[in-house]
This record gives sequence, C-alpha cells and structure tokens, in this order.
Amino acid sequence: MYEHLETAENRENLKRVVVDPVSRVEGHGKVTLLLDENNKVRQARLHIVEFRGFERFIQGRPYWELPVLVQRLCGICPVSHHLAAAKAIDQLVGVDPENLPVSADKLRRLLHFGQVLQSHALHFFHLSSPDLLFGFESDIAKRSIIAVLGEYPDIGLQGVKLRKYGQEVIRMISGKRVHGTGAIAGGMNKALTKAERDYLLEDIDQIITWSEGSVALIKKVHCSNLPYYDDFATIRSNYLGLIKPDGGLELYHGGLRAKKDNGEIIMDHIDYCQYNDYIHEEVRSWTYMKFPYLLSLGQENGWYRVGPLARVNNCDYIDTPLAEAARVEFKAHSEETMIHSTLAFHWARLIEALHCAESIKELLHDPDILGHDLVAQGDKRYEGVGVIEAPRGTLFHHYQVDENDIVTKANLIVSTTSNNMAMNESVRQVAAEYLSGRELTEPLLNNLEVAIRAYDPCLSCATHAVGKMPLQLELIDAEGKLVDKLVKHSDGQIERLDG
Amino acid sequence: MVKPVLLFGYGNLSRGDDALGPLLLEFLEDTVNPDKIEILTDFQLQIEHALDLENRELVLFIDASVSCAGAFDFALLEPARDKSYTTHAMSPAAVLDVYQSIKKQTPPPCFLLSIKGEKFELGEGLSANAQQHLAQACRFTGNLLNTPDSSAWRRQAKSLL
Repeated sequence: MYEHLETAENRENLKRVVVDPVSRVEGHGKVTLLLDENNKVRQARLHIVEFRGFERFIQGRPYWELPVLVQRLCGICPVSHHLAAAKAIDQLVGVDPENLPVSADKLRRLLHFGQVLQSHALHFFHLSSPDLLFGFESDIAKRSIIAVLGEYPDIGLQGVKLRKYGQEVIRMISGKRVHGTGAIAGGMNKALTKAERDYLLEDIDQIITWSEGSVALIKKVHCSNLPYYDDFATIRSNYLGLIKPDGGLELYHGGLRAKKDNGEIIMDHIDYCQYNDYIHEEVRSWTYMKFPYLLSLGQENGWYRVGPLARVNNCDYIDTPLAEAARVEFKAHSEETMIHSTLAFHWARLIEALHCAESIKELLHDPDILGHDLVAQGDKRYEGVGVIEAPRGTLFHHYQVDENDIVTKANLIVSTTSNNMAMNESVRQVAAEYLSGRELTEPLLNNLEVAIRAYDPCLSCATHAVGKMPLQLELIDAEGKLVDKLVKHSDGQIERLDG
Repeated sequence: MVKPVLLFGYGNLSRGDDALGPLLLEFLEDTVNPDKIEILTDFQLQIEHALDLENRELVLFIDASVSCAGAFDFALLEPARDKSYTTHAMSPAAVLDVYQSIKKQTPPPCFLLSIKGEKFELGEGLSANAQQHLAQACRFTGNLLNTPDSSAWRRQAKSLL
C-alpha cells in the first residue's frame, strides 16, 4: 500500500506541488504532492473541504422538514438524502422498516432505482466516458460529452436519455425532478397513478437494452487494456455496504456487511441503527474530512471502500437476471475473490445501472406499486437512524429530537467521507507509479482526476456554481521559489504561468 | 403538448444567493400565462436539459452570477463547447451545444438572465443586495414576458450591452 506517502520525513527539504481549487466557494478537492530532488513523490494527500456545516444546517429544524431540506445538500443525489432522512424520521414516528406499508416501501424503492440509474448514467457517460473512450492523456478538447456525442453519437445520446429516464421516474413519484416531496415520516404522500405507471413503462424495455449495451461497452474498454485498467489507481481494501438477508445486492434497505480484501467476512447483517458500535471516525490534523474505520480492525487497518465496487464485491448475487449475468462475468475477469481495480468502479456502476433498469420494470408491473395505503403510524421516539446505498456508497443519517420535535443532534456520514482514505490511497498510487519524475503537464493533472473521478466523489454539494474540479498545480523548489505553475480554471481552460 | 416558452431557473434554495433563479420564477409563477409558458427549476444544468429545449419557440435561463456589472445581465445565448469535462454542472451555452449535437439543428432562441449574487453559503438566506437585485430582475422579466418574441428580446439584449 501507499500509506508511507501520507507523511514524508524531512519535509523541509522537499519541493511542494499543490493541486488547489481556484473556485469561489466551498466544495473542492485539493491534492498536495511533495517531491524530492529527483522529482520522486515523497508525500501525497487529497483534501476535500466541503462537508463542514451539514449537521449545523439540520440542527434546530423540526424533523418533518428534513426529507425536503436535506435534498439541498446535494445537487446530484438529492433523492438519496431525501430517502435516508425519511428512513430516519420513520423511526421518530415509531415506524420500523418492516412496518412501512407495502406500497410505500415499493414506491420508495422505485424512486431510489430511478435516482441511482440517472446518477450512474451521468457519471459514466458525461464525466468518465471521455477519458475512457479517448484516453486519459488525450487532447483536452476531446475529453467532453460533446466530443463523445460527435464521435460516438449513439453512445452519447443513450447516456443523455438514460439520465432523462431516471429523472422522469423521480418526477412521476415525487412530483418534481428536484425538491420533490415523495417520502414523509411513515410512508409516502402520493400514490402512483395508472397513467404515470404506463408512461414509465413505455420506454423501459429500451432503457434496459441501452443499460445492457453500456455494460458491454465498459467490459470491452476495461478488458482491451486489462493490465493497465487493473493496475491504475488500484489499492487493496476492505469493503462495506448494505446487503439483503440472503446476501443479495441491496440498495434501499438491509443489514451492514463488511469484507476484507481477501473476501473474508468481517461483519454481516448488522443492524445499521447500531452503526456507532462498529464504525468510528478518525480526525487528522491536515484535513477537515474525517476518516471512518471499522472498529474491530482499528484505525490503521479498518478503513474501507463503499459504492458500486464495494456492493458488487460484497454481494453473493443480484436478483435481476441480466445484472446477475453481468456480475458473474465481472467477477470472472479476475482470478481474485475480490476485484480491487479502482477503474472497475465504472464496470460495477454500469452493472448496477442495469440492475436498476430491470428492477424498475419489475416494480412497474407489480400491482402494489399503484396502492393507496401509504402511511403508517406509531409512537414517538427521540432518535432515528436512516441508512441507504446512495449511488456513491453507503449514506448514514442519524438524528436526535427533543420533546418539541426539534432536531438537537445530527450526524451524517456521506459516501465520499467513507471513501476518503481510499481516494487518498489511490491518489498516492497514481502519484508514485505514474507521475513520479515527470514534467508538470495537463495530462498529469488528468491522471490524478481520473483516479479521483472513478469514485465519483460528491465534491459538488451543492450549488451549481461549484462542483467543478478546478485545479492549480504549483511546483516550488526547496527554497520555496515557484518553479512552475499550471492552472486549470473552473471553465476548463488550461493556463501555464511562468514561475 | 409542449408550451412555446420555457422559463428555466436553476440554483439551490438553501445556498444563499444561489436561490435567485428559482426564486424569481416563484415570484412570477402566478403572473404568467400557463397555456403558453412552462416553468422549470433545477439545482444545476445537466445534459438531459437539452431535451427540454425541444419544440420551444423561446427559452429564458435564469441564474445567479457573481460577475454581473449591475443588478442583472440579459444576453442572447449561443451554443458553446464547455471545456470542462469534470463538472457535475453545465453552462447554458453548453446545454445548447448538446442540443445541437443531439438534434443536428440550431437550438431555439435562448437567452440568459443573470442576477447578481454575492453569498453562497449552505443554510444562508438571500443577502440584502441580492434581494434588491431580485426585485429589479422581477420587474425586468415581467416586462420581457409581455412581449414573448425573440426579435424583441434580441433588441432588449443589445440595448443592455
């Protein structure tokens, strides 16, 4: 592993490279590298600085506002926050998951599948396919969805329409594409009409076909350069996620499962309401982001990855046939029990997108989806925990309320926090194996971004004005003199400034 | 049936002045002709919004901006290739470019109303200056919608240069 590159010795003798945001508000990633006299990387760190203030944003508000309020934390996965909050406040009104009305449970699952499908489509087709189709160090003018639309019009258009379809699922259930109010404490506030169901059924077969095609595409891309794809930014890690009672892939509700890098089970079917007994968060002096770890393995060895790769690695099977066949192929491409390739996140992501499309069809044909018994009631409680598998990984919402139903304490663990250590490790791997000794160039910048982007970290919570990955590289010699400077502005323009 | 005029405001209601676009539409919602004008809001622009431009006669994007010279700017949009490929959000010009790539035709006349904002912190309300800018922008947009015609809007945009 590359933890030895987290903190270098004799730092005063090293040159510093800072990959820093130049944007105007919070929500950035920053990478710092320290180089020795031969430009060998001696220290590499990823800093993510956007998550301060989430809990403060929630505290002091009445609990019933939360499903709507927390959607504004993230412009990309508002539905995931919406549903995690709804699951937590179900408990505040005394409704456990097994007591949620069947139709409400299925509507929430349908909403969630729509969300994951649109988010995965955005991530793969818009953010990552330019790198994967044209090459990590290709001409920057080519690395955009527009270029994909130009050279691979069918693939580009399918990406746009897959995303649009997921948004339509969300709109039909919650009334709006964003800021919708589908889930409430104890259930859902609106039934799906037959007309809405039929509208969504019109295109679902096409969506499944395109999703299947996207899995074939990523498999082809990955396997066409297997040694490189299996090595780039790759690290060995533990994996965490929700799981069905019988070990199947689960995105909405289940127990917690964690596996070691060799596939050995660390914990299984753990009630997520007890997450505090199993997961702790470490604070390090050089970053605002916490480092979660599994208590049983300790701070040094207990860090883990979440998200598509973790979920597909952790599950025993997927309960939809096309996605299950894709999972079996995915696992077979490696001789190892667990797949550790960081770029395999993309492959796993598209297997999940296919699973979402198949599950949407299944739910749309389920008579319960049109049911009107949508809300359950129970006795008030003072604490609630909601956990869901958001597109980027396991998302924890934990609230405490007072006798007036005001939130007095909130704790959120978002998936980007869970992947914090892993992203740092991947950045260090790329720095050590691919950048060390090279001249400072824009492709160098992009190699770092490709590694970070595989995790799809939510750097964008939550204004449209941020969420870009504006970067600044400065090479400073041992005396502190600026040797070289490269700025990638938030509009994507690259500018070289003389030192 | 697609309505001929689209008003698309984007921004996050819980991020201070980032809310300016959706808030302007909230204020105007009851005053516009619902048979002719569709109102959409979202956190940020993305590729699929290109499909919302289909079969429109006139489109107005409304956004918060830190770079307005005055309280607001109003300009005609042209398709432009977004150079950023790492973003979760797109510029309106890039959305037009996506439309052009998908549809193989020129997008409908699209305009951008940028309202000056200053503070974008999570949990903040509108800043005092942004409230004033919003009031001015509301009056301007109300007048604009009295003449939903691309030639008139082009003249208006030129006059503000």
